[in-house]
Formats: sequence, structure tokens, C-alpha cells
Amino acid sequence: MLVDDLRCMFYIGLKDLRAYYFKPPNISWGIILPFAFVLAFAIRNPGDLRGLVPGLLALTLLFGTSSMEAIVIVFERRIGSLERLLLAPVRLPALLAGKLLGGMVFGLTVTLVVLVIMFSIFGAGGVNWLLLCLALLLSATAFSSLGAFVSVAVREVFEAQTLANFIRFPMMFLGGVFIPVETLPQGLQILARALPLTYTVESLRFALSGRSLGDAALDLVVLVGFAVVLFALAVHIMARRLE
Amino acid sequence: MPYAIEVEGLTKTYGQDQRKVKPVVAVDQISFQVWEGEIFGFLGPNGAGKTTTMRMLTGLSRPTAGRANILGFDLIHEVSRIKKRIGVVPERSNLYDELTAYGNLEFAMQLYGVPRAEWRPRAEELLERFRLSEKRDISFAKLSRGMKRALTIAAALAHHPPLVFLDEPTTGLDVMNARSLRKMIAGLRDGGVTVFLTTHYLEEAERLCNRVAIIVNGKIVALDTVDGLKKTAHNTNIVEITFESESGGVETRRFEDRDVAKSVQTGLAQANGRRVLAVNTLRPTLEDVFVKLTGLSREVMLAEKAGKEPGNAGG
Repeated sequence: MLVDDLRCMFYIGLKDLRAYYFKPPNISWGIILPFAFVLAFAIRNPGDLRGLVPGLLALTLLFGTSSMEAIVIVFERRIGSLERLLLAPVRLPALLAGKLLGGMVFGLTVTLVVLVIMFSIFGAGGVNWLLLCLALLLSATAFSSLGAFVSVAVREVFEAQTLANFIRFPMMFLGGVFIPVETLPQGLQILARALPLTYTVESLRFALSGRSLGDAALDLVVLVGFAVVLFALAVHIMARRLE
Repeated sequence: MPYAIEVEGLTKTYGQDQRKVKPVVAVDQISFQVWEGEIFGFLGPNGAGKTTTMRMLTGLSRPTAGRANILGFDLIHEVSRIKKRIGVVPERSNLYDELTAYGNLEFAMQLYGVPRAEWRPRAEELLERFRLSEKRDISFAKLSRGMKRALTIAAALAHHPPLVFLDEPTTGLDVMNARSLRKMIAGLRDGGVTVFLTTHYLEEAERLCNRVAIIVNGKIVALDTVDGLKKTAHNTNIVEITFESESGGVETRRFEDRDVAKSVQTGLAQANGRRVLAVNTLRPTLEDVFVKLTGLSREVMLAEKAGKEPGNAGG
């Protein structure tokens, strides 16, 4: 049964990547949008451009993993093709994990492109590579789980887009992408600590400045927590819908 | 002959755990068996419980009560094993628009664990069998409705399932496509596949099915061979006699009796010297049985499928 689950998970992810993700508009949108935000901020507040790199990477990963992920499940449910997956010999958590996989691979791919561009501009000296990989992987899992949660929580594609933006945009401004969380008012700092993007930006900042894994341990643990809770909620909601 | 499906007291109630909603019993303690290698028809008007039953038997919905054994596996505890061995064609052709005809078949095989070496030959074989070889690299979105239906059936067969569930397979198709699909369905049985078929088209059930169950309001009201059902519903014979009318036109009248000869005698006696143009004995159809058991006519059944053309009935 586990073999069936793993096989289906892999091929569901692969099918989603082929059918939905790796299309020219998605790739360009996934890269251009975060660049546009960061460029706008940099023009308005010129200064430490290198300091914006963790935020740019985090934004690219957030939009890359969750944009399509938030739509795919609700879209397939509307057109009836999700039923094909539900009829296959795969358990629901593995089915959703397959959906997550598509979002994660796409998000990580576009983030990798941005990362290469950033390293070619600013250099890659003093980077903690292990921490960088862990931060990107765990963040991709958390954001993809967020996308899956949004997708199963609504009934229409436009509702998924609205809900996803309702969550992502405040996160973008409170999560330390443009303004360090420590400089926010106390109330907003508490709110920022409830957002996964804050921990992504923080852990990426640690990784790019060569800090140790131990320094970012709390961030990584919180990201795992977000991923587990959001994924469990998505499975629970979908299981209830199927009854 | 062993059973492919054994159902006992299967029940589905919706809204049972919701305080504000009155529970609705969609399927009410149904029991039946489907033999291996037969085409088993499941007929009934809209809302009778056909699709709910099929959703339970294919593992999409959990029964509220009762038990079912499919291909030797328990529906509640071994649903993954069942899913691996069945093919399902839902009412809506629901393959992936973005994938090609070949890509859709390949994905179906990947999900069901067909060995990689078989992907290409099996896909090519299915495309040829369903006359879709020329459309191999065309995306599903660009296929005609009939081709989409054929490819959906092909995808359900990709992993060689011994049991196939078909939900309204010919609904919405034109006469030629419907006829072609019926040949394919009959071909499945000839190849040893068991078919569980739900349909609104009584002629379709009559032509294809070895046995038929009729479900009304969640309960099975009849289950037999088509001939058996006809005998149960009509134990008289109908003779239709066409006379030349006194005005020179044509008049047709029906006479009903257990004895055909007596019906003919009665009819001829009423001819009163007029010329008899034709004498026909009419056999009851499945439609007659259905009308008698459900109280619905064929027209009402088709009207329930709003916007769906009954034009394929003669195929």
C-alpha cells in the first residue's frame, strides 16, 4: 500500500508539473512578480540591496509554490478530474502530498533561478549551504501546504485566488521581506511571528550570512510545524468533503 | 460461476450527523450479486440511488451500513485493493484537457502501477482499439465529445481491470458514437470483463445487459434477466391488427389475452368484413416493465436529463 502511495504521489506531482506548472506564463510570473515588488521597494529606499535578497528569495518561493497550488485542487474538483485521483489506489494524504510535490518543485525551481541571478550579482561567499537548502525545502513544504489548505477550503477557483492573496499580501509586508520584523510596532511583531514567511526570511538571512544551523533551529522547527498543521488541516477538510 | 460483486444491506444516509438537516436515505438496504463476466444493468430514474450506489462500490463514498465484497475484497477494509482492480468511467468525461490522448493513458497506467515496459504498447493498443490512433498527440480538450468518451473508457481499461463500472456511458452522444460505444461495451464482456452499467436508456440496457436491477427511491424493486423481467411484468400477449377503415383509410387496434390465437380471433371478429392489412404480435419491452415498476415513462426519464439528447436510443 505504501508503494502505491509513493508511486501515485510521484506521478501526481509530475502530471501537475507537466499539465499546469511549467508553462511560460507561470514561469515568467513566478520570477517577475517578486522582482517587481523588491525593485519598487529598492527604488523608493535605496541602500543595502544585498539585504533584500533573503526577502526576494522568500517571496519568489511563496508565490512560486502557492499560486498554482491554491488553484489546482479546486480547479480539478470543479471539472471532475480530481475524482480520477480519488478512484486510484492511493490514500488521501498521499494524493494531497502529490499535489504538494508539484507546487514545491516548481517553487524551488523558480527560486533557484533567482538564487543564481543573485549570486552572480552579489557573490556566494560565506553561505551556509546546508542551512540554505533546509530553509528553502522546509519553506517550500510549508507554503505548498498553505496552498493546499486554501484550495480545499473553498469551492470556486476565484475564491481560492482571493483567499490566497488575502493571506499572502499581509504576510509579504509583515514577514520581514522589506522591513525587519524587529523594527515593527510590538503588536505587528506578534502578528508577524504567526506567519510562516517571517521564519523563511529569517532562516534565509542566517543562511546567506553564514550563520550556523543552530542559530536558525527555531525557524526551521516552526516551518515544520506550519507544514504539518496546514497539511493535516487540508487532509481533514478534504476527507470531510468526500463524506 | 463466482460473483464479481456481492452486496448485502448496503445503505447510504446523508446528513445523519447534522442536527439542522433531516437525514436523507439515498440507498436503502440494497442487496444483489453480479456474476463474473456479465454486463449488469442498474436502472432507475434520477435520484433513485444509482450514482450513490456506484460511488460506494468504487470507494468514493463510505456506506452508512451494510457490506459489499468486490472481486473477493471487503469494501470497508480493503478499498485500496479494490481500487487497484477496477476501472471506472464516470458520467462526465474527466480526463486532463492539458494532456494528449497518449499522455492521459500513460498517466492512468502510472497511477495503477502498470510496468513501464507496457506503457507504450498498451497505450497504442487501446488507441487503436478505440480508433484514436490518429489523435494520439492531440490534447484531450481538442477531441470531439464521442472521442473524449471513448478515451475515458480506454483510460479506465489501461490497467486491465477485470471489473468496469460505467456510469451513463452513452449519454449525450450522437447515434453513431453511441452505437460504436455499445459495440465496445459488448466487446468488453466478450473479453471476459465484468461490466456494471448504469443507464437511462432502456433500449441500451435491453441490448447489452445479461441482467438488470431496477432501483426506485433507494430500493431495488426488480432484478432479473431482461426476458425474466418482461415475463414478470406482462403475462399476456398483445396482438395489433391493422384494418382498412370504412372511409378507405387505415385503423389499428390492439387485442390482449394470454392466448395469442384468442387475441387474433377476437380481432378478426371485429373486422366485420373489412380487409385486414396486417397482424402483428407485440412483445413487451423493458420500457413496459420499467413503466410498470416505476410509474415513470421513457419520456419522463429522458426529460429528467435536461438538455441531453435521446437520439441515440435506436443505436
